[in-house]
Amino acid sequence: MDVKAVRDAFPILHQEVNGHPLVYLDSSATSQKPKQVIEKLDEYYRGYNSNVHRGVHTLGTKATDEYEGAREKVRRFINAASTQEVIFTRGTTTSINTVAASYGRANLTEGDEIVITPMEHHSNIIPWQQLAKETGAALKYMPLQSDGTISIKDAEQTITDRTKIVAVMHVSNVLGTINPIKELAEIAHNHDAVMLVDGAQSAPHMRIDVQDMDCDFYAFSGHKMCGPTGIGVLHGKRSLLKDMEPVEFGGEMIDFVNLYDSTWKELPWKFEGGTPIIAGAVGLGAAIDFLNDVGLEEIEAHEHKLAQYALEKMSQIDGLTIYGPTERASLVTFNISDVHPHDVATVLDAEGIAVRAGHHCAQPLMKWLEVTATARASFYLYNTEEDIDRLVQGLQTTKEYFGDVF
Amino acid sequence: MSFNNLDTLYRQVIMDHYKNPRNRGSVEGDHLTVDMNNPTCGDRIQLQLQVEDDVVQDAKFDGEGCSISMSSASMMTQAIKGRSVDDALKMSHIFSEMMLGNEVDDDNLDLGDIEALQGVAKFPARIKCATLAWKAMEKGVEDNA
Repeated sequence: MDVKAVRDAFPILHQEVNGHPLVYLDSSATSQKPKQVIEKLDEYYRGYNSNVHRGVHTLGTKATDEYEGAREKVRRFINAASTQEVIFTRGTTTSINTVAASYGRANLTEGDEIVITPMEHHSNIIPWQQLAKETGAALKYMPLQSDGTISIKDAEQTITDRTKIVAVMHVSNVLGTINPIKELAEIAHNHDAVMLVDGAQSAPHMRIDVQDMDCDFYAFSGHKMCGPTGIGVLHGKRSLLKDMEPVEFGGEMIDFVNLYDSTWKELPWKFEGGTPIIAGAVGLGAAIDFLNDVGLEEIEAHEHKLAQYALEKMSQIDGLTIYGPTERASLVTFNISDVHPHDVATVLDAEGIAVRAGHHCAQPLMKWLEVTATARASFYLYNTEEDIDRLVQGLQTTKEYFGDVF
Repeated sequence: MSFNNLDTLYRQVIMDHYKNPRNRGSVEGDHLTVDMNNPTCGDRIQLQLQVEDDVVQDAKFDGEGCSISMSSASMMTQAIKGRSVDDALKMSHIFSEMMLGNEVDDDNLDLGDIEALQGVAKFPARIKCATLAWKAMEKGVEDNA
């Protein structure tokens, strides 16, 4: 992979922040956008912006072709069986909420169980808390190993015949843990439960095959994978989606509307009420083309090298605590001495280095780690070993700066 | 390497309050309690105030957060102790103005150490850290009124 060529595609990276060349290490929050995506959005709005699925006119046809073309790109990207299984949403949060509100409300009742893990992002916790409250089902947590991984044995003990939904993140946005989805899905299926995967942190970084993982639902966001904000995907197995009720009702998703009753369009459109996120989907299609051109395997290998390099360099810093397992996705969550992560992030920012500080939308996990907040550096295809060297330097600076205090 | 810019944020007096917080703990006797947090970053403060005859007799805090939020809480409790509720609210207003980078008229109220936090105005992402304790105080006296 030619990192220089990759970096050249991202205009935003070539700027100074606070007098230093920008080092962007916050891609787990949102990734930067290559000019291929920015130009595609521009092309859409300048060239053929129109509503889809209704216009007889030429622009409407072109917009529809591009929108549905993006769906086919997504289908291939995650190896879904059919485009009927690819629903465009606002993002991972909406995707998970759709499953909780539609499948969950219709299929769960008192005595049933929903199984998740303590490492989940709030977006894969709260929809299930709410569903449990509404239906009387119980929310259960699989325990975590001390290194922040899930053991299959624990999963086998937590998931029972009462379990109806197992919802787990593919990759942890804090620990970098890569969860054994295929094995978990098999356990879930042995108990006739459905398996939902929060793919927000995996889809951007690795080859995804929903058929091989055999998950029932897979949710992800466009903006973390070089696409625009406001577009995401819910993949669901057709056998489940076909019987699920829509969550949003209105234009675009209907077949016939009578005075007191209506019928729905076929899949996937019955879940896409209202004018869809056309530009977002078209932009996501361009992002997928871009990632495919670079190569998912190449991206994964590059990020793996970066993560290992970061772990090696950062573990040499005195007083630095790193959270999560050694074998991990491309991010490092840490704390340094007694310096609060906000203060760390402010000092790094003064050096032009952007990292995340806080609870990373994972308050239960922070409690499990027994910290109130952490700092996180996350890497993507455009990051380099030099970026990590700058981070390490910045952390030394942080230590020096707060050295007198602690 | 120059730390000039950072030094406007992290003044020595701030670090002193962070390292040796004043009024950390609980108020003995009658008091009101306010819990407040900054949901985007996880900072949290519990403020206890003893208000008698419209005067803040005692103020103590506990909590977890960054140097700015904790030092600001320390300074705030120090500043309002013994003041009338009116003065405490006036100070809070002055502090908000200070965070917006506006000129403040504090002729009648000695802000003392608090002026050290002036530099926070140049770091927009950190203003919420500095104002957390003041917001808690405002909520406390308003709920009490």
